[in-house]
Amino acid sequence: MEPGRPSGGSTGIGDSERARRARAGTGSRLWYLLLLAPFVGLLWVPFYADAHPRLFGFPFFYWYQFAWVPATALLTWFVLRRVR
Amino acid sequence: MIATSVNGVALAVFVVLFAFVTVMGFVAARWRRGDLGVLNEWGLGGRRFGSVVTWFLLGGDVYTAYTFIAVPALVFAIGAQGFFALPYTIIVYPVVFILMPRLWAVASKHGYVTPADFVKGRYGSSTLGLTTALTGLLATMPYIALQLIGIRVVIAAMGIKGDWPLISAFVILAAYTYQSGLRAPALISIVKDTLIYVTILVAVIYIPIKLGGYGKIFDAAGNALPHKTGPTGKPGALIPGNDAAYGAYATLALGSALALFMYPHVITGVLSAKGRNVIRRNATILPAYTFLLGLIALLGYMAIAAGIKPSSPNSVVPDLFVKYFPSWFEGFAFAAIAIGALVPAAIMSIAAANLFTRNVYREYIRPQASDAEESQVAKLASLVVKGGALAFILALPTKYAIDLQLLGGVWVLQTLPAIVGGLLTRWLHRWALLAGWAAGMATGTLMAVDLDFKSSVYQLNIFGTSITAYEAIFAFVLNVVVSVALTLLFDLLRVRRGADETAASEYEERGDEPTAQPPAEQAPALARG
Repeated sequence: MEPGRPSGGSTGIGDSERARRARAGTGSRLWYLLLLAPFVGLLWVPFYADAHPRLFGFPFFYWYQFAWVPATALLTWFVLRRVR
Repeated sequence: MIATSVNGVALAVFVVLFAFVTVMGFVAARWRRGDLGVLNEWGLGGRRFGSVVTWFLLGGDVYTAYTFIAVPALVFAIGAQGFFALPYTIIVYPVVFILMPRLWAVASKHGYVTPADFVKGRYGSSTLGLTTALTGLLATMPYIALQLIGIRVVIAAMGIKGDWPLISAFVILAAYTYQSGLRAPALISIVKDTLIYVTILVAVIYIPIKLGGYGKIFDAAGNALPHKTGPTGKPGALIPGNDAAYGAYATLALGSALALFMYPHVITGVLSAKGRNVIRRNATILPAYTFLLGLIALLGYMAIAAGIKPSSPNSVVPDLFVKYFPSWFEGFAFAAIAIGALVPAAIMSIAAANLFTRNVYREYIRPQASDAEESQVAKLASLVVKGGALAFILALPTKYAIDLQLLGGVWVLQTLPAIVGGLLTRWLHRWALLAGWAAGMATGTLMAVDLDFKSSVYQLNIFGTSITAYEAIFAFVLNVVVSVALTLLFDLLRVRRGADETAASEYEERGDEPTAQPPAEQAPALARG
């Protein structure tokens, strides 16, 4: 949340704001599709059910899933920025 | 490896920390003071919590003490399959990000306190509201009982015998929840999460150093797991190795993720936020707890590498701590777990009390109840719920609570079509949803009974192929199919739909943090562009 920015009130956004957002590519609901990535990445288990390569002693199966934690958080944060 | 005598130092640290949060629980009534004679204030903290408090509150609500005890115990017993808790608590947040701001918006507009309030308002059906409420109550009660197991395990690990410490801890909890409502667990969750973070970070750095590093820990687990047998008699594994294991792992993660935010106590946490952006921001910062949970799960492998022989299935973590931590830190860690049980137990009992008061008492027993009476009934209901959970744990074997909690996850997922369907569309028919719910509840329960509660993974042989998946997912799929098919049929037969009291625009209301940005609110034109 940027502190200096108006929240736009509770009644939605004006026409000029809408046009500005369209140019910047923000506000589009298509950005939500990015959030499908962790579902594909984590629910297709055979893709990562492997011991190798290891990282810091962790088998691939484990560090791959750990890596999705910050990845999903960043993706969600990015979408939050784009759809506001 | 439970200590046979009472550990004085550990107990002293434990008691001091416990006393500290007890004081906090009572003081919480004055925090962000509101009229506690109104359900919105007692049961939702006045819907005023900002991003930070919501983060602690939901963290304390979702990642419970039982999780910290049970997940490593499962990983210890069967290996990789128990690790599904990690993908589960990752994919849940995109779902939260999309759905929960909508629920918050419409709930704050109409004063909904429970998910059943929303269902009733959306479909104009108090029957559907009642089934949603009862399902939520059924799923939450055993969950409260499980938190007691968390407390009992650590008290036993400190060498204290008898039920009186558990009873006194719960009486104290009941007293400050009665007085302060949701403010008590919200304030305590800040202490709880700090203690948990410190404990786990120390554990996942210190214990691996003692054991020769993570590589050695995984090697030891990889060697030991094939010789272990889980509850179903199958051997454990470090990496899932066949289609059945893949299917079970993925559906357990998906089913649990979908069910989590249908639990009344989690929705209570969501609705107590002060704006929808608080929830969206939390969807990006709550994964910090998921990372912690992943590390906690690995305590199971550390226990294997350390050669722990747990005295009971749930004592893997306490036994590991007793073996490696000095007494004072042992007391610290056990206090973290016990306080980690109090926070969710308080929120769960509040959520159950809200459900009873709003969707049973006011709906069916005394529709003319005043706000003050409603709040008073909820306070009393929270006491009854906690007393019931305590009696359940003291009188019956632990196994029943665990079995019921497993079933609770299956049941609560069956409220998803009505809740989430309602958040996204008004297309589904109220009676179709009711039939779908009944079909899902029956199927899920029968599957669990058929498996004798030994596992929640069911193997279904259909159309010549065998599908292995979490039983909740089978029940859920049937639920959705029935709901959709009957909606088509009922519309064809022109069966009357209920009146929807919500409007499409109300799901998009921002209602965000008016107090957080006063200058911008006063002069919106200046800063724009």
